[in-house]
Amino acid sequence: MFSFCADPKSLEGFSWLFCYLTSGKHIDFYWSFLTVLILLAVTAPSALLFGFGGAMAARSHVAPLRWFGKTYTSMVRGVPDIVFFMFFVIALDQGIEWMKHQIVCPDWKEPIRQGLEFRVCPQAKVPLGTSSQIWHQLYGFALAVFTFALVFGAFAANVLYGAMNAVPKAQLETAESYGMSHGQVFRRILVPQMWTYALPGLSNLWMILIKATPLLFLLGVKDIVYWARELGSAKTQAYAYPHPDWRLWYFLFLLVAYLCMTRISEILLNRLSARLNHGQATAAGEAMRRAAQ
Amino acid sequence: MTCLETIQAYAFRSLGVGENLLPRTDFNLCQQFTLIGSGLIWNIYFGVIALSLGFCLATGLAMAKASGRKWLRKPAEWFIFVFRGSPLFIQFFLAYSALVMLPRAGIDLFGLHIATSWLTSAWAGAAFVLFLNTSAYAAEIFYGALMSVPKGDLEAAEAYGLTGWDKFRRIQWPTMLRLAWPAYTNEAIFLFHATTLVFFSGFPAFQQRGDALYYANYFADKTFNPFVSYPIVAFYFILLTFSLITIFGLVNKRLNRHLPSNTRSKIRLRPQLIR
Repeated sequence: MFSFCADPKSLEGFSWLFCYLTSGKHIDFYWSFLTVLILLAVTAPSALLFGFGGAMAARSHVAPLRWFGKTYTSMVRGVPDIVFFMFFVIALDQGIEWMKHQIVCPDWKEPIRQGLEFRVCPQAKVPLGTSSQIWHQLYGFALAVFTFALVFGAFAANVLYGAMNAVPKAQLETAESYGMSHGQVFRRILVPQMWTYALPGLSNLWMILIKATPLLFLLGVKDIVYWARELGSAKTQAYAYPHPDWRLWYFLFLLVAYLCMTRISEILLNRLSARLNHGQATAAGEAMRRAAQ
Repeated sequence: MTCLETIQAYAFRSLGVGENLLPRTDFNLCQQFTLIGSGLIWNIYFGVIALSLGFCLATGLAMAKASGRKWLRKPAEWFIFVFRGSPLFIQFFLAYSALVMLPRAGIDLFGLHIATSWLTSAWAGAAFVLFLNTSAYAAEIFYGALMSVPKGDLEAAEAYGLTGWDKFRRIQWPTMLRLAWPAYTNEAIFLFHATTLVFFSGFPAFQQRGDALYYANYFADKTFNPFVSYPIVAFYFILLTFSLITIFGLVNKRLNRHLPSNTRSKIRLRPQLIR
């Protein structure tokens, strides 16, 4: 990266360390933090959307829709999510390929499950075997995001369902007595008012989501855990920067990074909760009113 | 091989008892159920060890965090923050790479020889990490409960002349447990779920004696079919969850036995994910 790093073997001390930490692979390592942040930025809103849909379905007056919502929210409970993650990604992958197979090559004679193998016609592979590496990575990432969103959506649905029920009935009845329709009550009163009740649960969920991001590694995405293992393992003299097993330091770095992330979110969420509680008819809102007097 | 023979051969495979060679061809449901169930023994072992040891440490940590002395409070707060604020996955990796760095031959300390090689095996290392992790989570729960022990109870205790250890043993601790128990039940359930992470933690499975997920992964790899083995793991864990709820429910009943039946706190399964 820098001109004086051209010959790593001749470097010593701080300049060696500087060049080591700015080598090409380390730049990839730093970029992989962006992967994690993108995952968080994409997953959180989509999980919220899934959760909102699930909570609305669970509250629906139409029985099948309600059953669907209830099943969705209770789906991931009781089962270790890691089993869910491992199983669901493979199932989704095979499901997509199977559906594409049915459409693309309808006159394929051989069975898809050949004993121990899952085989679809070459045109039905997702992404195609001929496409470049970046598509394979993007596809893997998209599958991971979808799985995260689905699992966390179920938990968010549970939180939002509770929050919707926690909005005081009197407020909704007042709105109705002003002549608002069902939809108007939902849009103007229920949704704006529910956030103060939903925030403790949602912020808890956000913390858990942050701590679940190393699972990307299990889903085959080259994330920070992958790079930490890769870079930290002992390097012989054949490498530009030989060093003994430094994985401990890399994982320590990851630990500190995660602690910073959770700490910063904690502070921000506390501020948000103070804003939302302002003027609410809850214990927290009352405490704020007293303190302000 | 009939199903009964399979069970006889593989029921304790994860402990190294019985048939040593894992099935390689002609997989059937019975083998998968037996072997994954055998692996579940390890999950239960990790859960029980971490919970029972963690309970003691968590009580101590909660007391330390609630204490007025700064040199007691600060370390407890930091311990809880570090273990609750970072992913268990990273903690496993970190612990493994730290334990591997210990000298293979052992440490000689003041003429005492301390063997260290056993620490890098899953039964000790992973259990140790889980123990520290659950201690931090449970300590936070216990601390919350300790803070909500009714003021009147403590004043009444002092009026009766109970102080120090007696007050703690007879008033504070039982009330704390009673208040914390529903949340602690959830913590226990999710600790058992977290034991599945041991499979990915880097701690190697010695002679293919792995946990439930190890065998599930083995079958999924061999058959290219995740639709059988992973749902079996899920099934076992649902059973485990129900039995935990039953056991903890009995304890909850005992803790609440002096209260009128309509004011007792019920245990509700509340969702939480990986730590």
